[in-house]
Amino acid sequence: MSLIYTLRLADDALILGHRISEWTGHGPILEQDIAITNTALDHLGRARSLYQYAAELFNQLPDAQKTSVFTSVAINALVAAGTPVDEDDLAYLRDSGDFRNLLLTEQPNGDWACTIARSFYYDAFHYFYFSALQHSSNAALAAIAAKSLKETTYHLRWSSEWVIRLGDGTEESHNRMQQAIDDMWMYTGEMLTMNAAEQEALAAGYGVDIAQIAPLWQNRVKEILEEATLTLPLGTWMQQGGKDGIHSENMGYILAEMQFLQRAYPGMEW
Amino acid sequence: MSQQNKNEWPLWEVFIRSKAGLDHKHAGSLHAADAQMAIENARDVYTRRMEGVSIWVVESKYIRASDPGEAASLYEPATDKIYRHPTFYDLPDEVKYM
Repeated sequence: MSLIYTLRLADDALILGHRISEWTGHGPILEQDIAITNTALDHLGRARSLYQYAAELFNQLPDAQKTSVFTSVAINALVAAGTPVDEDDLAYLRDSGDFRNLLLTEQPNGDWACTIARSFYYDAFHYFYFSALQHSSNAALAAIAAKSLKETTYHLRWSSEWVIRLGDGTEESHNRMQQAIDDMWMYTGEMLTMNAAEQEALAAGYGVDIAQIAPLWQNRVKEILEEATLTLPLGTWMQQGGKDGIHSENMGYILAEMQFLQRAYPGMEW
Repeated sequence: MSQQNKNEWPLWEVFIRSKAGLDHKHAGSLHAADAQMAIENARDVYTRRMEGVSIWVVESKYIRASDPGEAASLYEPATDKIYRHPTFYDLPDEVKYM
């Protein structure tokens, strides 16, 4: 159903946005600190739009169905009490088993090269993904995709250029960039493989056909890595599970940091 | 100008033209490794709040500024040459707001 499809996209944006925001105040250079913080804000803004839509969809479900969507105790308590769910509830009251973000998004920032590699793989995919999703039969998703496409176009430009600068740079930057490209590679397969919910969405007419996008992604990645004098990783074993709620150890720490305030002080506002 | 630290990226001056504007105005300066990055840094630092729709960047070393110590000889002679101003015409009413 489009709720699950939308939530997955929102979770990606939230977790990646959160990870990127960890660089705030710690960027290697002032201008890049601002640049990467802007990117984090772009992702968080997208997460908000998607969670708002997801909340609408959730609240429209028949009551009997609502309690079987999530396993997290906190959000189900809200649902049982009959309270409509909003974007903040979705972001702060679900535990890792209910999050469906890609494993790629929860990887640690590492050094600058590692962050760039993660963003590069993600941006290259989402550039083609949103280009397709803006034609979705679902008007809300199409509109969010159109706006996201503009942001992603810039993100891809930014991350590609950093891959090239670091790859085709000094010996140290080249080695670090190659290491990062290699380390993040096993998380890219999950992006390119459709799970059941995505197959369903495609069949229903509103989802993106990821099979069409995979070769576009592969070509773009190859092109940039070549220009960066980097070697395309050859591994074929891919880590999976994020899209279905099976996350790495990282997720617990991310949620603990992100959700602590809302859970310790329920309903608090700035 | 003092010798630039070899470990620092070059400094660039940034000029931004606003949506309704006709000319690029100096917005500030930033460091960047090359022209492409300078444009992107300017976009990220100086257009976050829709300050502009066009960016020019110039490496600071290419800016030539006049010496304030020469201000007297450069600018004062112009102060008493009223014949250089187009103020001796009687403008007809139709073009009063020229």
